[in-house]
Amino acid sequence: MTTQSTTAQPYLVVEDLKVRFTTEDGVVRAVDGVSFELPRGRTLGIVGESGSGKSVTSMAVMGLHARGKRTEIAGKILVNGKNIVTMTDEETRKMRGNDMAMVFQDPLSALHPFYTIGRQITTAYKVHHPRASKEDARKRAIEMLDRVGIPEPHRRVDQYPHEFSGGMRQRAMIAMALVNNPALLIADEPTTALDVTVQAQILDLLTDLQKEFNSAIIMITHDLGVISQIADEVLVMYAGRVAEHGSIEQVMRSAQHPYAWGLLESIPSLHGDPEEDLKPIKGNPPSLINVPSGCAFHPRCPYRMMNPGPCDLEVPQLLAISQPGHSVACHLPEDRRVAIYTNEVSEVGVAQ
Amino acid sequence: MLRFIIKRVLAALLTLVAIDVITFVMFFAIPSSPAEANCGKNCTPETIARVNHYLGVDRPFMVQFAEFNRGIFLGRDVDGGRVLNGKPVIDHCHIPCLGYSFKTQEQVTDVIGRALPVTTSIVIGAAVLWLVTGVGLGVYSALHRGKFGDKFAIGVSLVGTSMPVYFFALLLLSIFVFSTGLLPYPQYTSIATNPAKWALALILPWIALTFVQAAGYARYSRSQMLETLSEDYIRTARAIGLPARTVHLRHALRAAITPVITLFGLDLGAFLGGVAITETIFGMHGMGWASVQAASDLNLPVIMATVLIASVFVVIMNVIVDVLYAFIDPRVKLS
Ligand SMILES: Nc1ncnc2c1ncn2[C@@H]1O[C@H](COP(=O)(O)OP(=O)(O)O)[C@@H](O)[C@H]1O
Ligand code: SF4
Ligand SMILES: [Mg+2]
Repeated sequence: MTTQSTTAQPYLVVEDLKVRFTTEDGVVRAVDGVSFELPRGRTLGIVGESGSGKSVTSMAVMGLHARGKRTEIAGKILVNGKNIVTMTDEETRKMRGNDMAMVFQDPLSALHPFYTIGRQITTAYKVHHPRASKEDARKRAIEMLDRVGIPEPHRRVDQYPHEFSGGMRQRAMIAMALVNNPALLIADEPTTALDVTVQAQILDLLTDLQKEFNSAIIMITHDLGVISQIADEVLVMYAGRVAEHGSIEQVMRSAQHPYAWGLLESIPSLHGDPEEDLKPIKGNPPSLINVPSGCAFHPRCPYRMMNPGPCDLEVPQLLAISQPGHSVACHLPEDRRVAIYTNEVSEVGVAQ
Repeated sequence: MLRFIIKRVLAALLTLVAIDVITFVMFFAIPSSPAEANCGKNCTPETIARVNHYLGVDRPFMVQFAEFNRGIFLGRDVDGGRVLNGKPVIDHCHIPCLGYSFKTQEQVTDVIGRALPVTTSIVIGAAVLWLVTGVGLGVYSALHRGKFGDKFAIGVSLVGTSMPVYFFALLLLSIFVFSTGLLPYPQYTSIATNPAKWALALILPWIALTFVQAAGYARYSRSQMLETLSEDYIRTARAIGLPARTVHLRHALRAAITPVITLFGLDLGAFLGGVAITETIFGMHGMGWASVQAASDLNLPVIMATVLIASVFVVIMNVIVDVLYAFIDPRVKLS
């Protein structure tokens, strides 16, 4: 707390992050050159189909990948100016839960079934406050449970995870993640296992907490509907790469990547009538062991340009477009993309 | 919790009654005349009848069954039809009366009283050893998965699980007793008489059982530990910044060991009834040895006693394991 950074360095800077796993079947290129920045007080949504490298990216930021011959991490991850990629395990451990914290998808399996909620929160507190007394830690746990909206926190602190409902469990998980006031919170599909009303409550809670603690939040989801409710900017990931990056307005109202269009058209929560006009993206996400050549999306892209390329030959660069802060990785010329979006995509009634 | 325990104990008692009845029926149905078998050269029909009366096998089934169970709980007087100085001799069979050995005419309780400490000495000692080494090895393997130590441990435990206990026991005897003379041939001494001699005699049976059992425990705890390490809550434990040691030895082990403890309780229950092969090879006159002897002599009262006691151990350990599980795992519904 001695040196308060005065430069406008964002709290989190990820630069050309690459994560590869060597497996029996081959090398999994899970993240392949992802870059983004996130200052405190802002929320970045990372969206993409399952298997696009979202969780691997967030685990890398948390320094949670087991290091060894099988896992190769390259690039830079600066948290508060310190590079997670080159740090020792012990150094990242001290930051985990303190500078950055994580909330997981399924709070039932993410909480230890044999320990009470209170014990798990106090454990999280005491790791980084070794001199705190038992009573102080417990007080802190109750205070956090109260803060995340759990009724009767004095009683519930002594209950086990299985005695909580899904939504309450996720609140407890958030309490646990925030117990040390981390500046960065990563939420990996925190609402996927919950029903829609509870989902909205949890998103509201996160928004409130962000205002209060001025934290940076990464919200990972495969649902653009969730992103639109909470994020300031959006990173669209496909096959371990960034397809499109822009503010929430830019991506929701003038998306420029064919994959982002596909996502927009396949999201039920954005349509008035869930039965109508739902167009799931054809085909399956690629295996990250055999990523398609050129633009990884080309086998599924209705607008691909081939014979003689370039979509199957050259990897498209993530390039800034005329709107500041908006960048896209696609070989289509910008005017073409704007035309297609205006004529074909926005008609579906996505962005009213 | 109390209700759960009471329910569990009542169910166990019911099981024991059922076992009691079944055992009794089974042995009643065996066509054998121990009186004839043990009556010797100058056998007359009168002697046989007298012995039969003394043994009580000439009475109806229900009477015998009631007598037998009354004996267990209250003891009973047995009129052997013998007359001394003009008065009939009445033997008192004390609680828990399990009848008289057909072979030695002594009370079965005394036979068991000699055999049970031998078996418990072997089994409890070995159980502690195999639990500690097995779980230790398994956890070590899981934490060093794929490395040399893991492969070595897997190799050793593969040998352990595929080697029959008699083979390993004989191997131990020939190495430590017959070839090198490092140890004397095991001779059981009560722990109360001489603890050092007690332990010395038990070393080889302990090692034999430990090796064979620890192998299985190592494999089981290794797989439980690996499964637990891939659980989401272990990732959470790492994500809050806990040191690896705490994650492994507190959060992971706590969950991984629960099914191992269950297995341990059940194994212990089964083994306390007697480990016939180990006892026989090492010349230990425990429950297993006694039941093998009794079976070859058709010594029904002793056979029944060993079967009943073995069942009691199994049932009791089952109850203990269930109750323990309810304490360890808060998700267990106590109804
Ligand atoms: N430890 C690992 N070893 C090998 N492959 C992995 C590992 N972790 C993730 N992967 C692979 O990396 C790819 C991206 O995974 P992930 O980031 O979990 O996707 P998602 O976007 O659904 O969160 C998947 O194909 C997954 O199978
Ligand atoms: S680069 Fe080609 S294949 Fe890839 S999204 Fe753009 S048009 Fe489609
Ligand atoms: Mg994921």
